[in-house]
Amino acid sequence: MSIITVKNLRKSFGKVEVLKDINAEIKEKEVVCIIGPSGSGKSTFLRCLNRLEDISGGHVVVDGHDITDKNININKVRQEVGMVFQSFNLFPHKTVLENITLGPVKIRNTSKEEAEKIALELLEKVGLSEKAGSYPGELSGGQKQRVAIARALAMNPKIMLFDEPTSALDPEMVGDVLEVMKQLAKEGMTMVVVTHEMGFAREVGDRVIFMDGGYIVEENEPNELFNNPQHNRTKAFLSKVL
Amino acid sequence: MDVISTSLPILLQGLKVTLYIFVIAITLGFLLGLVVALLKLAPFKILNWIAKIYVDAIRGTPFIVQLFFIYFGINSFHIISLNNTTAGIVTVAINAGAYFTEIIRAGIQSIDKGQTEAARSLGLTGSQTMRYVILPQAFRRMLPTITNQSIISLKDTSLLSVIGIADLTQQGQIQASATFEVFKIWLIVGVIYFIIIYLLSILANFVERRFELR
Ligand SMILES: Nc1ncnc2c1ncn2[C@@H]1O[C@H](COP(=O)(O)OP(=O)(O)OP(=O)(O)O)[C@@H](O)[C@H]1O
Ligand SMILES: [Mg+2]
Repeated sequence: MSIITVKNLRKSFGKVEVLKDINAEIKEKEVVCIIGPSGSGKSTFLRCLNRLEDISGGHVVVDGHDITDKNININKVRQEVGMVFQSFNLFPHKTVLENITLGPVKIRNTSKEEAEKIALELLEKVGLSEKAGSYPGELSGGQKQRVAIARALAMNPKIMLFDEPTSALDPEMVGDVLEVMKQLAKEGMTMVVVTHEMGFAREVGDRVIFMDGGYIVEENEPNELFNNPQHNRTKAFLSKVL
Repeated sequence: MDVISTSLPILLQGLKVTLYIFVIAITLGFLLGLVVALLKLAPFKILNWIAKIYVDAIRGTPFIVQLFFIYFGINSFHIISLNNTTAGIVTVAINAGAYFTEIIRAGIQSIDKGQTEAARSLGLTGSQTMRYVILPQAFRRMLPTITNQSIISLKDTSLLSVIGIADLTQQGQIQASATFEVFKIWLIVGVIYFIIIYLLSILANFVERRFELR
């Protein structure tokens, strides 16, 4: 069953078209990694999946809702789609616990006690139980990103989107974050991950999509794509990053 | 010494009027500034224009002209009659509101757009995002400029004496001509304003420092 269906997706910024006729399907529980050179449209594509970017053309159907339909309640759809950013984007004026409970309390009308209980469970899961009362400014990059993952998970989403979650981290912090993501994949979360971590894509990904110049050039199982790329552009890119 | 014992109670009477007008006007002005700032940032051209005309009109004219316009100009139509205190409060509020609009707009725009994106991606609505994520952070950043504008508005209230409001400055004038102790009276009036503004700055500093701990 496809939980996300993308048909003829186009996205322009002004006159510049950065996504050109993108078609893709993402199945439930699938982990799809998106790779490609800088500026190829990976982030823009990901951000179209929860309509953080206005969509210029085509259709994006998420969990049965066509989010290109202007009449749809996009906030409802976004509750089912967690997103993790390269720059964490934690709320600096709120404690770690408040960051995580904000969504459930204000949107899902979960009681504060219940939301805090869930938040503490999630913090334990990402290995940060002792940081509940800290402010984001007091955390390392890796810790921030794990809190950001917990914050997204607190909404109990069906899908998680990751936009280069480890790119802003010091090398020694990358492992902790990838470990949390691996665990999430193991639990059956549907994940779309824009990443430069080819090791992660190979190990955890069910499928890898290679983008270049606003197109999906090639997609395949990780081993096939990495060992046996079909297109010259894929070959050229992989020869640079592997 | 005699002047102080006879005039000081009357001057403090005036101070009460000044503070009363200031507190009401600055609160209204702040709320007005918040609303107009949101209009200015709203995705509707007409609203942006209305906000811009208001801000430009206030910034481009002297306070005293605004005061006369509201007190004499509006009363000249005999449709509504504003007493001088109301006219004074309204003028200070409208005047401060225009400056607050720019302060608040700049404060909101200074918050990284990643904050909005994170909030919206959780499923928060635009107004929930503004209320729980953007404004609390923006206000912290704006606090020094808000304090500054509040001090300016407090000093502007001294101009309200020209429409006969019995504020600190007006009482100073009355006492100065009644006692002929011009130097002493205006010195006392100046010191009172100075102390009030000094206390206001201390309060603002205290609030700022409490927020900084986060
Ligand atoms: N808000 C925007 N306004 C104008 N152009 C934009 C905007 N966001 C992205 N672009 C352009 O769209 C193209 C694709 O950008 P995108 O961020 O999706 O690339 P990317 O594949 O994620 O790159 P990177 O690996 O560097 O993150 C780029 O040419 C970029 O300059
Ligand atoms: Mg990107």
